[in-house]
Amino acid sequence: MSGAMAGAWQLAGAGVAVAATEHRGLALGLFTAFVAVTLAITVWAGRRRRSSEEFFSGGRLFSPLENGLAISGDYLSAGSFLGVSGLIALYGYDGVLYLVGFLVAWLGVLLLVAELVRNCGRFTLADVLSARMRERPVRIAAGTSSITVAVLYLVAQMVGAGSLVSLLAGGTSAHARTWAVVGVGALMVVYVAFGGMRATTWVQIVKSVLLLGGTVALTVMVLARFHGNVNDLLRSAAHGSGHGAAYLRPGLKYGGSWTARLDFVSLGLALVLGTAGLPHIVSRFYTVPTARAARRSAVWAVGLIGTFYLMTMVLGLGAAALVGSGAVRASNAAGNTAVPLLALRLGGGAGSTGGTVLFAVVGSIAFATILAVVAGLTLSSSASVAHDLYGSLRRRSTERRTAREDTGEVRVARFAAVGIGAVAIGLTLLAQELNTAVVVGVAFAVAASANVPALLYTLFWRRFTTRGTVWAIYGGLLPAVVLVAFSPVVSGSPDALLPGMDFHWFPLQNPGIVSIPLGFLAGWLGTVLSREPADPGRHAELEVRSLTGAGAV
Amino acid sequence: MDDHDGGRVGQLRVEDPWTGAPAVGPWEEPHAVSDGWAVAAGGDRAAVYREVQAGEEFRAVRRRYRRFAFPASAVFFVWYLAYVVAATTAPGLMGRPVLGEVNVAMVAGLAQFVTTFGLTWAYARHARLRRDQAALDVRWETQERTR
Repeated sequence: MSGAMAGAWQLAGAGVAVAATEHRGLALGLFTAFVAVTLAITVWAGRRRRSSEEFFSGGRLFSPLENGLAISGDYLSAGSFLGVSGLIALYGYDGVLYLVGFLVAWLGVLLLVAELVRNCGRFTLADVLSARMRERPVRIAAGTSSITVAVLYLVAQMVGAGSLVSLLAGGTSAHARTWAVVGVGALMVVYVAFGGMRATTWVQIVKSVLLLGGTVALTVMVLARFHGNVNDLLRSAAHGSGHGAAYLRPGLKYGGSWTARLDFVSLGLALVLGTAGLPHIVSRFYTVPTARAARRSAVWAVGLIGTFYLMTMVLGLGAAALVGSGAVRASNAAGNTAVPLLALRLGGGAGSTGGTVLFAVVGSIAFATILAVVAGLTLSSSASVAHDLYGSLRRRSTERRTAREDTGEVRVARFAAVGIGAVAIGLTLLAQELNTAVVVGVAFAVAASANVPALLYTLFWRRFTTRGTVWAIYGGLLPAVVLVAFSPVVSGSPDALLPGMDFHWFPLQNPGIVSIPLGFLAGWLGTVLSREPADPGRHAELEVRSLTGAGAV
Repeated sequence: MDDHDGGRVGQLRVEDPWTGAPAVGPWEEPHAVSDGWAVAAGGDRAAVYREVQAGEEFRAVRRRYRRFAFPASAVFFVWYLAYVVAATTAPGLMGRPVLGEVNVAMVAGLAQFVTTFGLTWAYARHARLRRDQAALDVRWETQERTR
């Protein structure tokens, strides 16, 4: 590393700090505007009737485009806006691998899940899983696994919010971080508890439009720099990365040991299968009136998410080409500041008005992104607490429900949102050093192991039984959680949750490659070993209903 | 207080399944709703659904859905796994130049995007043209009979 280059890196690093302090006011103002608009939406949505249909599914009358935008809002986290573009800026092609997995997963959602789940369920994933089984055990199992997934994902996002604030504020003040986490937690609880699904959906839509708008603008600016010549962009990116041609090939990040390669295959498997089991994504399909609308919203989501990821690639490459991987790494070792730095450069560099304005805009978009994602997660986990756990624990003997119980569930869900917010804030403050991308990967792996096997068997296997469902859920959930507990994520590596201790024996960071097959195996085994056979009448009802919508809500 | 379970979206359908019991009139409180299905008129309902399931109209819908969705899912899953395994185990092959700075890995990555968009379009079109109307017919007929 030459002295001149090191100097340039320090300069860029200082540039972030200067830009941040100069225009912190602007970033704060933009972000406050976003919060004000979303709170106004919450107040408006909260004035409606307090039925459970309204609270958990927003009245079910959103249009496919609105829901498609909201799905993108739920799915596109700051992890992809800042994290993956940063990975591309640092490691080139290996960052692209992430995006492909995140996008291809949507084919599974579209082809196998969206329409059928829309027809079969009411508020949560557990509705579908318990549809043809004995309700209580299945609902408790599915509720538990959904809450586990949502809380893991939630903590990852809130850790991201904390580091984003300290990055953008230019300092590493622990106070600023803590307040950011507490503030994000409080806001998400307010959206959910007062506005329910309607407010949360509109927050997602506003966020999606902002995020896509900002990304389009930056992408156009990057491409304009290279006069639309992609080959030039690639060449400059390879040059700016300092790796030369290796930058454009796979292998810079995951090409090391065979453990690292296997870890990536495991992550890829978790990404592509896990999306269909994410509870906050599944419950989005209940906000539209029909299965056809659910399909069309998934099509919109594929289009929007795919376009966003293509632009993310351009931004990552642009950051490598225009800012340089060295400067990106100097500012944040994981590359999370690549896009803000790129914005600063595109606007004219540190100290220029254009640069600082763009920097502030990007920072507040990223923060809005996190806020919307955590709101969606809080809603889906409080729905699971109220509708799945509370509902079935209360209803011991009878399976009938009254409308009065339904409004009771809404009240419980509001309190659950507060409880989940508190738990998430607590966990986040304990785990501030965790790597966001790794935790998101783990959440996908848990969803893929616990929820997806049970969901696919329920929809497509005639002989699947109650025992099979319960075994499939716990048989995927427990191995996934145990393997993570004994993996380098928790102990035995410098960036682990407990860096001082070492009790890990599972070599991979992502458990998917082991726990997903175990989930499928457990579901099969539980079914084969069932004493009571599957009920053909209820299977007939589920199949007819899932494919035609007969009797759907 | 309980009108929300039937009222608003009610125009769209013949009967609300959540107000399961036929004996319960709208004047009776509490109003029964159910998440577990086939609670009320268990036997009759199940018989109707089994009949519909065995009927040719429904089987045509199911066949058309499965003949598209299952092979397509298998194809995209294998194609994605092949891509990930190739990227992690054969970086040499993936790094072979194709045109200018563009190499095999980039072509494969973009091809994943293209096949995802293409399959999405094909599935939506297939469902709209081959399945939606038939499914709707079965739906109305079934709802008439389970009333």
